[in-house]
Amino acid sequence: MFFKPSCFAAVSLAFAASLAQAQISDGVVKIGVLSDMSSLYSDIGGGGSVVAARMAIADFPAKGMKVELVSADHLNKPDVGSSIARQWYDVDKVDVIVDVPTSSIALAISQITREKGKAFLVSGAATSDLTGKACSPNTIHWTYDTWMLANGTGNAIVKTGGDSWYFITADYAFGLALERDTEAVVLKHGGKVLGKVRHPLNAQDFSSFLLQAQASKAKIIGLANAGGDTTNSIKQAAEFGIVKGGQSLAGMLVFLSDIHGLGLDKAQGLIFTETFYWDLNDQTRAFAKRFAAANSGKYPTMVQAGVYSAITHYLKAVQAGKTDDGTKVIAKMKELPTDDPLFGKGTVRADGRKLHPAYLVEVKKPSESKGPYDYYKIRATIPADQAFRPLNEGGCPLVK
Amino acid sequence: MSAVHELAPDAASRAEGLAHQRIATAVMVAFFALAPLVAYPVFLMKVMCFALFACAFNLLIGYGGLLSFGHAMFLGTAGYASAHAAKVWGFPPEFAILFGTACSALLGLVTGLLAIRRQGIYFAMITLALAQMVYFFYLQAPFTGGEDGIQAVPRGKLFGLLDLNSVWAMYALVFAVFVGGFLLIHRAVHSPFGQVLKAIRENEARALSLGYDVNRYKLLAYVLSATLAGLAGATKVLVFELASLTDVHWTMSGEVVLMVLLGGLGTVFGPVVGALIIIAMENYLAQIGSWVTVVQGVIFVICVLTFRRGVIGELGRLIGKPL
Amino acid sequence: MEIFGIPTQALFGQLLIGLINGSFYALLSLGLAVIFGLLNIINFTHGAQYMMGAFCAYFLLTKLGIGYWWALAIAPLAVGTIGMVIERLMLARLYKLDHLYGLLLTFGLALIIQGLFRNEYGTSGIPYALPQELSGGRNLGFMFLPNYRAWVILASIVVCLATWFVIEKTRLGAYLRAATENPQLVQAFGINVPRMITLTYGFGVALAAFAGVMAAPIYQVNPLMGADLIIVVFAVVVIGGMGSIMGSIVTGFALGLIEGLTKVFYPEASNTVIFIIMAIVLMIKPAGLFGTQR
Repeated sequence: MFFKPSCFAAVSLAFAASLAQAQISDGVVKIGVLSDMSSLYSDIGGGGSVVAARMAIADFPAKGMKVELVSADHLNKPDVGSSIARQWYDVDKVDVIVDVPTSSIALAISQITREKGKAFLVSGAATSDLTGKACSPNTIHWTYDTWMLANGTGNAIVKTGGDSWYFITADYAFGLALERDTEAVVLKHGGKVLGKVRHPLNAQDFSSFLLQAQASKAKIIGLANAGGDTTNSIKQAAEFGIVKGGQSLAGMLVFLSDIHGLGLDKAQGLIFTETFYWDLNDQTRAFAKRFAAANSGKYPTMVQAGVYSAITHYLKAVQAGKTDDGTKVIAKMKELPTDDPLFGKGTVRADGRKLHPAYLVEVKKPSESKGPYDYYKIRATIPADQAFRPLNEGGCPLVK
Repeated sequence: MSAVHELAPDAASRAEGLAHQRIATAVMVAFFALAPLVAYPVFLMKVMCFALFACAFNLLIGYGGLLSFGHAMFLGTAGYASAHAAKVWGFPPEFAILFGTACSALLGLVTGLLAIRRQGIYFAMITLALAQMVYFFYLQAPFTGGEDGIQAVPRGKLFGLLDLNSVWAMYALVFAVFVGGFLLIHRAVHSPFGQVLKAIRENEARALSLGYDVNRYKLLAYVLSATLAGLAGATKVLVFELASLTDVHWTMSGEVVLMVLLGGLGTVFGPVVGALIIIAMENYLAQIGSWVTVVQGVIFVICVLTFRRGVIGELGRLIGKPL
Repeated sequence: MEIFGIPTQALFGQLLIGLINGSFYALLSLGLAVIFGLLNIINFTHGAQYMMGAFCAYFLLTKLGIGYWWALAIAPLAVGTIGMVIERLMLARLYKLDHLYGLLLTFGLALIIQGLFRNEYGTSGIPYALPQELSGGRNLGFMFLPNYRAWVILASIVVCLATWFVIEKTRLGAYLRAATENPQLVQAFGINVPRMITLTYGFGVALAAFAGVMAAPIYQVNPLMGADLIIVVFAVVVIGGMGSIMGSIVTGFALGLIEGLTKVFYPEASNTVIFIIMAIVLMIKPAGLFGTQR
């Protein structure tokens, strides 16, 4: 790092106060939260992402800078998402799009953002291609990605003796990516993969796949799927006595909202990786309390926390660079160290990857949980420089 | 399908009906030519792509009496084929569109040979089954990129001259494709071929006894519809620079049924208006977040309960002339 | 012993699981078939009504402290009643029209119902505990069978056969079938046909809700749990023969078995296999396996 973060921020703020308005298009910084409000991923991002964005804007000491927020539902359809994004950029003068769960839509919008020279902060989408072969000078991938999930969970489990695996994988690009990345980690650390089964998306009944996993006698059953598929797998694994029989489940992509939907008695003992948990420290607890009050009692997921953190850093960069030109702001965001109450101190790498620590968590037993959403025990903290894919392995053209 | 006959009160064929239809066509063409001055062009391009898709679908049900519940397979096939051609093989846009359309036509021929042997709800179910298999193929085939889709499809230069990355050039192309497709359907419907098709819809047995090869006519209508749906799909891919699984999913087949019903089944302009309404709803209601699907549902329910002929069907009844 | 590289023991397990899933298909397609057979309406709200059944069980438990067993009776009644209101207010106006309109209306209703539940309860689902009496399971030698799954098969078979018996073998069923063939004539015999149709719709919906309560403890109670199911269940009805009661029951169970086998040999295709079968059946027997072409 070139500067001491705190000192740099203070200086830049002082300058920004007087000069900020000069380069900002039509005098307003317009933030668009584009998320899935109505289908599969609406609990992970959705309305909660809008709440988080609103809080980030309210919390930011913006001097002489007007910040506006718009939001929309992409219905989980790439063409809807991409036409809203184009319209926002072309007509509504939106400067930055935030969140966007579902990889296909995020990839499309990353492309559009690059064409239009705007800024795109991804929190909800998982694919590590966003900072790999599809990386862009206008996109920052904020919260998590498939590589980090696979690496964090796979690594930790193999090291603690879980050396034989069976994968239950959603037959979809993200499922296959999770499986591929986890398998690589498992093999690298001397574990072995005894088998895998690929199920269609939204399969409802997993008992058949679970029996196949059971028959393999693998110690670990890796669930390379998401949302309802993961929760149904976990629920049915309990029913069929799989965990009691001595096999453990490893969730590759699990969110706080999934655990809430499962209930602790079904989810207990599940191990997975997150980059944010509300009960990390006083600051995250204070944030979660405010967030829940504004979001009908639901606590923030890491995606929603990522939206808050990304917007905070974005506004900081706009103020520091005195411009809302997308390419310049993203460059500024990469230059400035990040610091916010939720993810702590971190950096944004040249390929657009935001770096911060990841947490290996284990779901508590019902008896250990003391209050609403008291669900995780932090088993290990993976430092920021080890949590994500090394810069030279992603194949991002910006790096060379 | 005698029931469809009730739905499509002899749409548009008698000579006196044609004059005002020409006027209406002119109004529609003028609308799409001038609208980009006030409305957002990408939105209008999307509307035109779906309008052509809906018109193609309407050709089959409104005039052929065949309800397909798998039309998304043509939209999606052409989309994937042209996206792959443009991105991987480096086809120029005009050939990419042609290639995609040809693939859909071929798929139409193969599935049509299987499907037209059944009628009514059974025809619908066979097309649904075939479309689900096509969906499965695209999900498995490596070249489609699974749910990530084919991203960053280059628009390229039309005939090596016109750079389609300019919004206006792209708009002109979509406009030309849409109007061309629309007029082709119009022409087909009013040709002897269209008349025979209508005769089959009204009374298949009679048409058969008059010596018409009923199945050949049906197949022709089916393939024509598939081809035009493919044309819409291939064009749409260039507009959005991406092809994805959404376009082959069964909900897309459902959506086109809704568009046509909302606009007016068996009417000439109904599908266009239906597409406009649905796409506008998707686009502009998106701002109200999670209420989109609820509002959509309410509109469908009201539509079925109060104006069943669809917007254009009711309008046509109001002025006493088929539109 | 092995069959195609799969131990016979494991295959038994997979077949049994297929049968369990078949129980749900049978219950749901039965309701759909009853409604289509007697009302000529393709009830696209079926999936939403299945979801409502599960939610009703959840409400009963959390709001009123009423457990699973009572929910099995109350939820179908409650959801069935809502169904009858819908039928009276809306569907009743569409009987003389093409089935497309019924499909469109029920599709719109499904969007509304699912949207409202989703706005209130999100999409990650809500837990619903197994009833105490049925927790645990037994080891069958070739697999561990949870008691609840055994109960699902049993309950489904009993309900399906009872429905078949009522419709095909009793006087009431005879009236129903006659009313679909010739409502005027049946009306002339002094039978209130509209009321009978309303009750039939309510019954079909109640079957969906019953399946929903059955599903609540093993699947997530989720606003979207029925959204994708409708198309599969509809395919089951078509394969069995539209409107054939026995056809939908047998096909439901049979497809569960076939899907179970697909999950072993080619799991990726397990959602598609049903459509392949549908295409083949319609090619060979256009009216479905048990249907008669009208």
